[in-house]
Amino acid sequence: MSGVWHCAQLVIGRDLRLAFRNRAQLLHPLLFFGIVTTLFPLALSPEPSRLRDVAPGVLWVGALLASLLAIEFLFREDAQDGTLEQYALSGRSLTWLLFAKTVSHWLLSGLPLALASPVVAYGLAVSPGAMPGIVASVALGTIALSLLGAVSAGLTLGIKRGGALLSLLTLPLAVPLLIFGAQATARAIAGADMSAPMYFLAACAVLGITLAPLAAAAAVRISLE
Amino acid sequence: MSVHRLTGEALHVFRGERHVLRGVSFAAQGGEYLEVTGRNGAGKTSLLRTIVGLVHAESGRIEWNGLDIHRDARAFHAQVAFLGHESPLKADLTAMENLHFAIGIRRTIDATEIARALGETGAGGFADRPVRTLSAGQRRRVALAGVVLAAAPLWVLDEPATHLDADGHALVGRLVERHRASGGIVIAAVHAPLPVAEPGTRHLGLTSS
Repeated sequence: MSGVWHCAQLVIGRDLRLAFRNRAQLLHPLLFFGIVTTLFPLALSPEPSRLRDVAPGVLWVGALLASLLAIEFLFREDAQDGTLEQYALSGRSLTWLLFAKTVSHWLLSGLPLALASPVVAYGLAVSPGAMPGIVASVALGTIALSLLGAVSAGLTLGIKRGGALLSLLTLPLAVPLLIFGAQATARAIAGADMSAPMYFLAACAVLGITLAPLAAAAAVRISLE
Repeated sequence: MSVHRLTGEALHVFRGERHVLRGVSFAAQGGEYLEVTGRNGAGKTSLLRTIVGLVHAESGRIEWNGLDIHRDARAFHAQVAFLGHESPLKADLTAMENLHFAIGIRRTIDATEIARALGETGAGGFADRPVRTLSAGQRRRVALAGVVLAAAPLWVLDEPATHLDADGHALVGRLVERHRASGGIVIAAVHAPLPVAEPGTRHLGLTSS
């Protein structure tokens, strides 16, 4: 069993090291998130009460689009340089290796988005008391998003410039996450009990953890043919 | 240790609409080198990718030690080192780091072992440089060190000597000889024959359809 954990460590370690050697890719979705969400107060009225009302929607649409941007890079480079091929031929479970890859992807995209969301929320006149709830909901939502993205990224690997198709494929399935994520954030801002939408996001994440790596591995195998 | 054996029987492979391999058969056993030749587009790469199980043959079967390779693909893959025509390296990592991560997934390995393999393939001098600063031939040497380190009985190499200089060409020949001597099987698609001894070498010529 130790071999399995060691493998995951190596996959995640490699991705983290690469990300820190090439920080532009890391910052790109974060910058996008920041820019999109700061445009709203400029376009709408800067009235705090009004901003607070739209904050959940703005925050979540921004986070969703930023994650989509990041998902494109999930497998692309590994497919181009033959790393995925080596993973498929490593004698290890491809499902497990891709799960580890998705974990590192979340650490590099979803987690930073979650950690940046209080800054964005503060810009939208949200009171500091709501911040822990917001971070938790974005963190949970992006876990499910990363897993969902892994499947679509695997499916669109074989297609040149599959970016548009990737978004088209992922967005409809991400709509429930958007609805319940925004709901959770709205409740956090209102100071209400947010457990119902949080349970839903958690259920999506668990479903994703169990099924998405299997589907992603099957998709990657097909695209490697 | 029993002698390893790889056989392919009447393989038919389609790539899209194209019928690339039409009834290709081959056999190789431990200590042998199977040289696959053929013109561009004759299906050499398709054959190698079929042998490692990345591509599924439309009909025919490939057996490793008497077992269909798709029966227990993971156990089979643990015994194969595959090198495609691109060297599977990360440009932002050094040669050492690349092999540490790539081979570490297959088996436990330490830095001295990696350094030794890189030295053997003539890549010792640039082991700590990011791969993006290396020439294509230098990358190939790093990738070959990876094949050696995989410690797999079956090597499947697609144009192993591509981008290599004359000395590198001889190096590939030496590596193949050594692997054969240890009871391994080497299958390589080549344009120029590798400098290996004729006994124990089999030839498979593919004709373009």
